[in-house]
Amino acid sequence: MKSAVILLPGLNRDRDMIAALTKIGGKAPVTVWQTDTDIPDVDLIVIPGGFSYGDYLRCGAIAARMPVMRAVAEKAAKGVTVMGVCNGFQILLEAGLLPGALMRNASLKFVCREVKLEVANAGTRFTSRYEKGQVIRCPIAHHDGNYFADEATLARIEGEGQVAFRYAEGTNPNGSLNDIAGIVNTEGNVLGMMPHPENLIEEAHGGTDGRALFEAALGRAA
Amino acid sequence: MIKARVTVTLKNGVLDPQGKAIEGALGTLGFDGVGHVRQGKVFDIELESADRAKAEADLKAMCDKLLANTVIENYTVSIT
Repeated sequence: MKSAVILLPGLNRDRDMIAALTKIGGKAPVTVWQTDTDIPDVDLIVIPGGFSYGDYLRCGAIAARMPVMRAVAEKAAKGVTVMGVCNGFQILLEAGLLPGALMRNASLKFVCREVKLEVANAGTRFTSRYEKGQVIRCPIAHHDGNYFADEATLARIEGEGQVAFRYAEGTNPNGSLNDIAGIVNTEGNVLGMMPHPENLIEEAHGGTDGRALFEAALGRAA
Repeated sequence: MIKARVTVTLKNGVLDPQGKAIEGALGTLGFDGVGHVRQGKVFDIELESADRAKAEADLKAMCDKLLANTVIENYTVSIT
C-alpha cells in the first residue's frame, strides 16, 4: 500500500499526515513537491492541511493552480484514491475535483477544538470501516470551513450519497450547509474533509477514532 | 499599455459573514440607515498589449481560471 503526500509552501500538517500514514500503513509515504508534474505510482494521494500560499486570494486557490495538481487530477481521473484534509479539502474544491466551496466560518473566528462527526455514508472507500450513523470524535482547526454549494449541487450530492461526514450533535463549528464536514466526488475516489483524522490515531492523541479512515483508504489500496 | 480593473463580488444568496460584521460595525460607529453590506475584491491589472478585445478576453479567462471562484463569486471587467 503505497501512498504519497503532496507538499506545498505554507502547508503545516504534512508531518502529522506523514506520521499517520507511516504508522497505519507501515511504510512512509513518498513526498511530492508542488512543481513536480509526475506522481509516482501510489494507491493513495493525500493533500494535508495548513495555509498554502498564506491563504492569499482564497484558501487553496493558488495551490490548486500549481503543476502538481494537474498530476493529482490525472491520477484521480484514473481512479486513484485521493484525500484532502482541511487546506487539502479547500485545494481539491478550488481545483474542481470536488463540488462546492469553503467560505469564512460563520462566526468569523478560527476554531480549534474537537467536534463530533456522524458517518453519513459508510459505503465509500474512506468510511467503510465505520458504521453508517456512527458518531466519532475528530479535531478541527480552521478559519474557512463553512461549506457552501448552490441548491442544485447540494441536492445532487445529498441524493448521490456524496456526503461522507456531517458535524453531529450540534457541533457544527462553522455554519456549513447541512452540517457537511466531508464529501466525496461522484466516482467516490476523492474525499475532502475539514476535520483532522490524522490527529486522532493513537492513544497519545487521546483517542483513535481517526484510524479507521486511514485503514479503509489504505486497506482498499492494498 | 492597458489598465484594467476586475471586481469580484459574492453571488446573491451566498452568505457573507464578513459583510455582516462590517455592517454591524458601521452601525456601532453611528451610521444610521446602512442596509446590507457585501464585501468583495478589486484587482488592478496592467497588460502590455494595446489590443482591447484580446485584453478583455484574456481578463475574462483570468477571472474564470483564478481571480474568481465562480461557484460563489461573480466578476466584472472594466478597461480604462
